Amino acid sequence: MIEAHQLTKRYGEKMAVDRLDFAVRPGTVTGFLGPNGSGKSTTMRMIIGLDAPTSGTVSVNGRRYAQHGAPLQEVGTLLEAKSVHPGRSAYNHLLAQAYTHGIPRRRVDEVIELTGLQAVATKRAGKFSLGMGQRLGIAAALLGDPATVMLDEPVNGLDPEGVLWIRNLLTGLAAEGRTVFVSSHLMSEMALVATHLIVVGRGRLLADTTVQDLVRDAGGDTVQVASADPGRLREILAGPGIEITGRAGSEELRVTGMSARAIGLRAAEHGIALFELTARTVSLEEAFMDLTRDAVEYHGTTAAGATIERAA
Amino acid sequence: MTTITSAPASASTPARPTRPAYKVTGPRVLRSEWAKLWSLRSTWIALGLGVLFLVAFGLIAAARYKSVITSGQRLDPDWADSTAVSLSLFGTGPAQLALGVLGVLVSAGEYTTGMVRSTLAAVPRRLPVLWSKSAVFGLIALVAATVSVVVTFLIASGIVSGTRAAMTISDPGVVRCLLGAGLYLGLVGVIGVALGAVLRSVAGGIAVLVGALMLVPGLISLLPSSWQDNIGPYLPSNAGQSMFALTHDATSLSPTAGLVAFVGWTVLALAGAAYRLVRTDA
Repeated sequence: MIEAHQLTKRYGEKMAVDRLDFAVRPGTVTGFLGPNGSGKSTTMRMIIGLDAPTSGTVSVNGRRYAQHGAPLQEVGTLLEAKSVHPGRSAYNHLLAQAYTHGIPRRRVDEVIELTGLQAVATKRAGKFSLGMGQRLGIAAALLGDPATVMLDEPVNGLDPEGVLWIRNLLTGLAAEGRTVFVSSHLMSEMALVATHLIVVGRGRLLADTTVQDLVRDAGGDTVQVASADPGRLREILAGPGIEITGRAGSEELRVTGMSARAIGLRAAEHGIALFELTARTVSLEEAFMDLTRDAVEYHGTTAAGATIERAA
Repeated sequence: MTTITSAPASASTPARPTRPAYKVTGPRVLRSEWAKLWSLRSTWIALGLGVLFLVAFGLIAAARYKSVITSGQRLDPDWADSTAVSLSLFGTGPAQLALGVLGVLVSAGEYTTGMVRSTLAAVPRRLPVLWSKSAVFGLIALVAATVSVVVTFLIASGIVSGTRAAMTISDPGVVRCLLGAGLYLGLVGVIGVALGAVLRSVAGGIAVLVGALMLVPGLISLLPSSWQDNIGPYLPSNAGQSMFALTHDATSLSPTAGLVAFVGWTVLALAGAAYRLVRTDA
């Protein structure tokens, strides 16, 4: 359980994180979504106390992270930035982390096996590929058998098999009742694992919702119908939970809350001829783009022939 | 990439009916820092260099002194006052660089590599990390330096026996000088750790360390002489030298005063490191 209250981080003039309020609950995978530079990494760094908030608070399982007796047992973290000394072997890195908490060697072996690092465990971490480095970071995150697992862009640099492995890992961890908090700037990736979503842009909270609600709120599952008598069609379709919009003088109506099939059947019952019947499902990607359009900090400008992007 | 096992997530750990009782404690942080230090190649190299400098320079100095004496040449004035102690401590200068630089690497190296994020995630109270790093590395530097200078003295005093520089370990002041040199080098290591933690940069830490130990004494000679006499003895390098010099004149501190002054510098550096560690984002 992670709870943020009015969490704020300012760097000079720039608000990296702007009065965020959210809660991440156990038992589900919560996606932390936002464009590059929207404050996701800064928020995660504040959760584990690497950065001090300018104002506001964030707690983990009821207390500030630093106040826990065994922090690695509360939150296991994978940060986006490299957090390993390249001259130390994976095994020795994990062992040094384990020593601070009195975690037994057996657990070090377990996480090495779990992340598939057996073959390279004694190699210097500086020689690791991006994907191997990511696995080492995840091994470190799981080391303390944490109640909350927090991963910043975990699929970065992983091959398709690795991505699949992460998905299974995350859903498995949530199924065990843990709190799983995963950031990404890729909606498509989130849609596959997360049930709850926290969307931020420019440090502000844009949405704290579920995947289904996000799609519905973005106008998902609308059906577009056209007929000679839109007024009559509107009457026969009206009902609780059904929303119908249309412009005066137009043959078209937009209906939400009813499937295309149901509309077609109802119209046939009443003998209304339909000229058009189109289901328009908004994809998660579109919903996300709609939500964050104004909050994207670094737009690519094809006109100028340059795409400017910055790491979050 | 090598083999990838798509281990099912459920194999990680069973849901937590009985959670193991982990806890961060001071001794555990010490143990972690101990393991971190020895698991890097740079530790072995720098420590080996420090020991090599102490032993080799001391023995070479003693051998040269002996050969000049026996060949009947005139001694350089600089060498006229040499004793077995001063000859065997000849390598203190280069050794302080090796150990000080390693101290900087121990702390600043974590910032330049990003390791500090893992370290502070495990020990978010932060200060135990600084104390442990200083204690572990200070102790290792102290032991390595003390053993090196004692061994060097035992061999060097054999080389120069029968000359004017001859001394044995039971002569007054000898043991104090050798222990003083070991203690000085141990504290230089701690200062290196502290400077690395203050500056969070390997290059910056080494620059300040070299400046404080080697350049400042040169610069101070630009000051009016009354200032020099008042400030000079308390500079880190001069105060440190008083700890392992056999004789003291009016311009230098007594061994005890030198030790106190040098410990003062060490505490100052550690206080700066602690302040920065606690107050600034990692």
